[in-house]
Amino acid sequence: MTAAIEVDGVTVRYGEALALDDVSLEVPTGAVTGLIGMNGSGKSTLFKAITGMIRPESGRILLDGASPARARRRGAVGYVPQSEAVDWSFPVCVRDVVMMGRFGRQGPTRRVRACDRLAVDDALEQVELTAYAERQIGQLSGGQKKRAFVARAIAQDARIMLLDEPFAGVDKRSEATIVELLRALADDGRTVLVSTHDLHALPQLADQAVLLLQKVLFHGKVDEALAPERLALAFGLDVLGRDGVA
Amino acid sequence: MTPLDWIIEPLSYDFMTRALVTTVIAAVVCALLSCWLVLIGWSLMGDAVSHAVLPGVVIAYILGVPFALGALVFGVAAVGLIGLVRGTSRVKEDAAIGIVFTTLFALGLVLISVTPSHTDLNHIIFGNILGVSRADLVQVAVLASAAFTVLVLTRRDLTLYAFDPTHAHAIGLSPRVLGALLLGVLALTAVVALQVVGVVLVVAMLIIPGATAYLLTDRFGRMLVIAPVLSSLCSVLGIYISYWADASPGGLVVVTQGCAFALVYLLGPKHGLLGQGSRARRHRRGAVRLPADQAGSVET
Repeated sequence: MTAAIEVDGVTVRYGEALALDDVSLEVPTGAVTGLIGMNGSGKSTLFKAITGMIRPESGRILLDGASPARARRRGAVGYVPQSEAVDWSFPVCVRDVVMMGRFGRQGPTRRVRACDRLAVDDALEQVELTAYAERQIGQLSGGQKKRAFVARAIAQDARIMLLDEPFAGVDKRSEATIVELLRALADDGRTVLVSTHDLHALPQLADQAVLLLQKVLFHGKVDEALAPERLALAFGLDVLGRDGVA
Repeated sequence: MTPLDWIIEPLSYDFMTRALVTTVIAAVVCALLSCWLVLIGWSLMGDAVSHAVLPGVVIAYILGVPFALGALVFGVAAVGLIGLVRGTSRVKEDAAIGIVFTTLFALGLVLISVTPSHTDLNHIIFGNILGVSRADLVQVAVLASAAFTVLVLTRRDLTLYAFDPTHAHAIGLSPRVLGALLLGVLALTAVVALQVVGVVLVVAMLIIPGATAYLLTDRFGRMLVIAPVLSSLCSVLGIYISYWADASPGGLVVVTQGCAFALVYLLGPKHGLLGQGSRARRHRRGAVRLPADQAGSVET
């Protein structure tokens, strides 16, 4: 497996606070990788660094071997935001949101072409939201909302998909649907990186897990990551009695 | 006097036709812009920029250059200063906006008080729609067309920027550039609107139409039609009322728009107070009417 996302010695600081401390990580292509850590562990910061929203103090990031800026221009990076980051009363319907995935591939005025319509219909079908295409996005269930944004990344034909807490506010049944969907995307050769502090879905979902607490504490098989002593470290309950608050 | 005369008679005066044309032009472009401003949450920013252009307009008058140039310089300067104060001190954004725009507005007042002029510069503050000259009208039309064209051509990117700037960034667009573009158009539009209602009331034209349209539809594309149409109708009505009631035209344009908002707020079928009540009742009654295939896949 080759690395779709290469993070090499990345350090990010917000003022005095160290958010990421010399993080190095290789996320494999065509697999689902779970990024696990508690709130404030640097998951969102790592996502922002990967999408280039923030510039690391030091270190380097490569996406499919190219700089993040280049990967973005190629439309390689798909992003599914956290629920709290979305204005659910915004006057757009599901189809409008999915169409936003096509913008990077359209002309300067983003005029909709036949191939865009086709890609959007196809993406909606893959996430089983065709019947909901004309609904305002706030009028969907938690799981459907997530799937709408995954459809956007599919319509974009993103090779790398970043999902920020996709299981927050999602019931068990929708969770299973999303897991199945992400598995299918990975089997299709896409790279899926999922940040979560919800560990239930992880064994079915992910091929690999990364435990993050400012540093990479562990990177390997999911069941090994879920070992109690490892989780205790990642979630700040330090069994060795050191000061766990980093 | 027939109702038709009520409409026709004012048009026999050139200054009234010019006033009406100018008002409609300003109403359309302001309303269009307002759709994005209310959704991004930039109402206060609209207020700030529209006030902060005052010294720019006065200096432009003194130097004899187009008002728009001065307005643009000070609009951009205001946004820059707000960002500077917010980013480099512990003062929060709303306070930063309040400090910068009131100071610049006050500077404008001072400049007006020491500038000898043939025309009354106070018209910039309160608007002088009945005194619009041919040259003013041409300037308004040019600026408004520029703003209108930019907004229509970039509307999809601006909507993406308003909805999800992170995605905009992730697909290689620059949220920073889109934001700057919107603020630039805001400064231009402020110059257009201050001809009609004056600096003090520009913000009303930049917020009310978008907010009203937002209560009427769940589709952004429709907002972009509803807001300008509604705003134009209200503005024309306001000008007519001002003619027959012999009252402040700028004031009445804004009061009419405010009344339209109040009506929609109360009676709007989708998101109005009364509409919400009847919809909730319908919802309770009609819950079983879902088509069978959809009902099967409805998630909780």
